[in-house]
Amino acid sequence: MANNDHDHDHHHDHEHRSELSETQLRVRALETVLTEKGYIDPSALDAIIEAYETKIGPRNGAVVVARAWTDPSFKKSLLEDATKAVASMGHMSRVGDHLVAVENTPKRHNMIVCTLCSCYPWEVLGLPPVWYKSAPYRSRAVKDPRGVLNDFGIALPKDTEVRVWDSTAETRFIVLPMRPAGTEDWSEDKLADLVTRDSMIGTGLPLNPGEVK
Amino acid sequence: MDGIHDMGGMDGFGKVEAEQNEPPFHAPWEGRVLAMQRAMGYAGAWHIDHSRFAQEKLPPATYLTASYYQRWALAMESNVLERGYVTREELKAGHALTPGKPLPRKLTPDVISAGMSRSSFYRQQQGPQRFKPGDRVRTKNIHPKTHTRLPRYTRGKVGVVEMCHGCHMYPDSVATDQGDNPQWLYTVVFDSRELWGPDADPTLKISIDAFEPYLDPE
Repeated sequence: MANNDHDHDHHHDHEHRSELSETQLRVRALETVLTEKGYIDPSALDAIIEAYETKIGPRNGAVVVARAWTDPSFKKSLLEDATKAVASMGHMSRVGDHLVAVENTPKRHNMIVCTLCSCYPWEVLGLPPVWYKSAPYRSRAVKDPRGVLNDFGIALPKDTEVRVWDSTAETRFIVLPMRPAGTEDWSEDKLADLVTRDSMIGTGLPLNPGEVK
Repeated sequence: MDGIHDMGGMDGFGKVEAEQNEPPFHAPWEGRVLAMQRAMGYAGAWHIDHSRFAQEKLPPATYLTASYYQRWALAMESNVLERGYVTREELKAGHALTPGKPLPRKLTPDVISAGMSRSSFYRQQQGPQRFKPGDRVRTKNIHPKTHTRLPRYTRGKVGVVEMCHGCHMYPDSVATDQGDNPQWLYTVVFDSRELWGPDADPTLKISIDAFEPYLDPE
């Protein structure tokens, strides 16, 4: 990859060999001590890691978005109380309280950030990507969101309102992006393939029909 | 506290660089850190705001150079030490030297799904709701030395209440072991020019979720 060096500088400083081994040793020591003292069960840790690696990801949110695109009454309840609406779908693990869905329209584009730490709707989007937790995103999203969108290759019309939601409490936000044109006869399942993680954070748009197989 | 973690509006950090096909974890120890944090939280060892506060107290240079999960690990070390769950000697030895303190519960494989779900932050109201959607409010110009969730860039600014999220436990109290101290929580929206001056992008609006003690009527 051409920009390997660049990525390296920005994302993987912690993977320099000596630092990694020191961190690894410290983390191992912490886990051993906490286990021996009876506070934690390593097999429960394995199960949590496995869930995040295999089950809890942006597909959860994509399915919710696709349902909202096809079912107006579901969309209404999603925008009224996202926690309840998502729970009513029943096929995914319970979403904790305080989920709020915000709708993109031709007049308004929403973007989610957490400037103080890295709050993110894990249950519907999975683990946050490194860039979401990074200083560049957390510092700029609230001041220059159009510049951030530009980093993602997106240019919104000049008169679109940009609304940035800084997740400063336990409320978690998910963006309901606009349904792409040309998908009128698409099934919910197929529509979910268009819904990218970034489109639910507000740093991306859904794929167009031609962009999926 | 006015720490390095409070990054909203700072310049100079450069472009946002997305990694293509990013894996859930970049090294196995990252997953262990995340899962340990979940397990200790489930056990009732400390609250999420204790974790946040511990990260905020890291030296700024450490905060900026450590990776996300390294920060979590450092914060967890300080919480286990400060709260007396583990001693420095034990961390150094990599083994327990004395039995553990009792904790309310333990995360075991049979209760994983409960341990994975966030608990509710709703709490019984302690007083009447002071603001309603549409009210103009001014955020307080406060600079506590301890944990707060009112970002610097929104202090002393006029905004409009847009939603009320009910009564929630109050992080400023929780992080300093002063109890839940439930407070009403509101989404407050600001015009970009109120926050960033007359040259700000006029199409931009920014909101925060603000606890009632952060707000005065305007």
